[in-house]
Amino acid sequence: MQIVTGNRLRDGAVIYFAGAGEWTPFIDKALAAEDDHANALLAEAQVGPVPLPAVGPMLIEVRREGDHLRPVTLRERIRASGPTTGPMAGHTALDANKAASGVDDYSI
Amino acid sequence: MYRYDDFDHRFIDERVAQYRDQVRRRLAGQLTEDEFRPLRLMNGLYLQLHAYMLRIAIPYGMLNSAKLRKLAHIMRKYDRGYGHFTTRTNLQLHWIKLEETPDILAELASVEMHSIQTSGNSFRNTTTDPFAGAAADEIEDPRPYAEIIRQWATLHPEFSFLPRKFKIAICASKEDRAAVKMHDLGLYLHKNEAGEVGFEVVVGGGLGRTPYLAQTIKKFVPRRDILSYIEACLRVYNRYGRRDNLWKARIKILVNSLGAAKYAEEVEQEWLASDREAIALPDSYVAEMASAFAPPEYDRRPVDEASLQQAIAADPAFARWVKNNVHPHKVAGHAIVTISLKEVGKTGGDISADQMDLVADLADELSYGEARVAYEQNMVLPHVRRDALYGLWKRLDAAGLGTSNKGLVTDIICCPGLDYCGLATARSIPVAQRIAKHMAAKEDEIGPFAIKMSGCINACGHHHLGHIGLLGVDKNGEEVYQITLGGDAGHNAAIGSILGPAVKSDDVPAAIDTLIGVYMKLRQDGEQFPDTYRRVGQAPFKEALYAPR
Repeated sequence: MQIVTGNRLRDGAVIYFAGAGEWTPFIDKALAAEDDHANALLAEAQVGPVPLPAVGPMLIEVRREGDHLRPVTLRERIRASGPTTGPMAGHTALDANKAASGVDDYSI
Repeated sequence: MYRYDDFDHRFIDERVAQYRDQVRRRLAGQLTEDEFRPLRLMNGLYLQLHAYMLRIAIPYGMLNSAKLRKLAHIMRKYDRGYGHFTTRTNLQLHWIKLEETPDILAELASVEMHSIQTSGNSFRNTTTDPFAGAAADEIEDPRPYAEIIRQWATLHPEFSFLPRKFKIAICASKEDRAAVKMHDLGLYLHKNEAGEVGFEVVVGGGLGRTPYLAQTIKKFVPRRDILSYIEACLRVYNRYGRRDNLWKARIKILVNSLGAAKYAEEVEQEWLASDREAIALPDSYVAEMASAFAPPEYDRRPVDEASLQQAIAADPAFARWVKNNVHPHKVAGHAIVTISLKEVGKTGGDISADQMDLVADLADELSYGEARVAYEQNMVLPHVRRDALYGLWKRLDAAGLGTSNKGLVTDIICCPGLDYCGLATARSIPVAQRIAKHMAAKEDEIGPFAIKMSGCINACGHHHLGHIGLLGVDKNGEEVYQITLGGDAGHNAAIGSILGPAVKSDDVPAAIDTLIGVYMKLRQDGEQFPDTYRRVGQAPFKEALYAPR
C-alpha cells in the first residue's frame, strides 16, 4: 500500500496527498492506493494549482495498523513524527501523526 | 574582525533583493522547483526531511557579540529557538520557512553575514584554527589569509562551477586544530630561514566515499604568491576534474589518479605561465588586512592567580573544567576557553538562542567581544583573563554550557543524521547520546579520545578521522554501524581502517566500551590511542569485539 508525500512549498512541512487536490499534514487522512494503482495516485497528486502545494511529491510505502497508517521505512517514520532526538514542541507532523512512529517516547 | 566596506554592503544588499524576488516568483508559481532549486542552494537553503534548512556562513568560525545576538534573534523568531554548528563551522537552522528566508537574509546582512557559497560546487567556508590570534603556539595569525582567500573566492567567476565543492583550511601553529589534511587544499603557514612567511601547500584530501589525506605538492610558497598558486591548483582541477561522475569529481580523485607529483608538475607549469602579479599580495595589502585582526587592547593589570588556584583547589568540578577546557594563551594572564556544546545526553553542536545570547554577553564582558566556532562543534572564547575563569565557568555551567569534556570521549563529532538530513541513511544523534551516557563515567580515566560519527557515506561527521569512527548505514531496513579504528585529524593525520562487520544500533555503546577497554589495557605510559593503535595494530581490538563468547 502506498501514499503520496511531499514537503509544503511555503514552509517545508511534511504533507500527504488526501485526494481531490487536497494535501494534509495528517498521515491518517492520506489517500492510499494498492501498489498497482500507486502510479496513478502519484499522477493525480501532481496535477493541481500552480504552484503545487507540495515540493517533490513521491510515493512511500505504508502499512495500515488499526485506524492508522504507518510508514514502512524509518526515514518516513521520522518524517511523519519528527526527530528522535527528543520531544520537539511545535513539530507540524509530530502533532499530527503521533501514531505514525508507533511509540510514545520518540525512540522509533 | 574584518568589517564590510561600502562595496560589501551594497553587494550583499543587492543579493538579498535578488533572492527576495526569486522567492516571490517561486511562491507565485512563476518558477518551477527545478528552476528555483539552484537559486536557493546558492543562498544556502536546502530542503530536508522536515523543513527547509538554512546554512549560514561563519567565515573561519569567527563571531562577535553583535553577530551572536542576531543569530539568537533569528533562531527565536524564524526557527525553533536553537541552531546547530557544523564541522565546517557554519550554523544550520533546521526549521526554516521559505516565505521567511528573504527577511532572514536581510537580518543577516545587517550584521555583515550571509549564506552565500554554503552549498554548491564552489569554494566553501575557509576554516582555520579556532584559537587563531590567541594560541601560544601560533607562528602568525592565519585569519588575514583566510579573509583574503574568502574575498578572492566569493563568487569567483572562473571557479563558480567547479566539478565539485572545494574546501580550504589553514593552520598557522604547531598543533593542527583545523584538520588541514582532510581538505581539498590545505595551507600550513611557515617561516623560512630568512624569516619570510609562506605556505606549505597540501592538496587532494577529503573524506566521503573515498577518503584521502592531502599530500604536499609544494613546501614553501611565499605569501606574496599564495593566491596565484591556489589559482593554478584550481585551474588544473577545473581542467581535468571529472564532471561525468559525481563520486569521482572531487580533487582528491584527480590528485590520486594522476599522482601528486604529476599534479604538482601541472600546477607548476600553470602557475609559471600565469599572470602572478595580477593577484600578488604585496606586504602593504597583507598588513592592511592584518590590521582588521589586530589583537584587542588586553587588560594588562596583574592577574590574581592566587584566587584562581584557590578556586581550583576548592571546587573539583571547576578544576576539571580548567584542566580540559582551558588552553594556553600567548598573552600572559589570559586563557583560551572552549565552551563545550556536548552536554551528555543533549544533541552535540546544538545551541539554544538563550545560550547564544549568554555567549554574546560573556564575549562582551570577558573576551573583548569575540567568540569562535571550532570544527569539533564547540565554541571558543579566545581572550579571557585567568582571574575571570571561575566566574565565567559558573555562568556557563548554570546555562548547560559548563561541560568539562573538550577532547574527551563524550566530545563526539556527530552529523545531524537521519533525524534531519535528506542524504542520511542512519541516525547519528541518538547513537552519540547513548555512547556519551554509557562512557561518561569513565572519560577521565580514558583521557583524550576522539569518537566521530556520520549518518551516511558523505562523512560530514568525519568518521574516518575518529580514533573510533562510526558510519551509520541502512542494511535491509535496519540501522547498523560500521566501525573504523585509528583515524587522526592532527599533524599526524590518518584515515581509520574498517574493523569488521557492522554493529547493530543497540550494541554500539557496548562495542565502544569494549574497544576502549582494550586500549586502556594495552596502552603504555604517555600513550594516546593513535600511539597504542599504531604499536599493537588492529588484531587485539578485533579479537575483543568479534571473538565468539
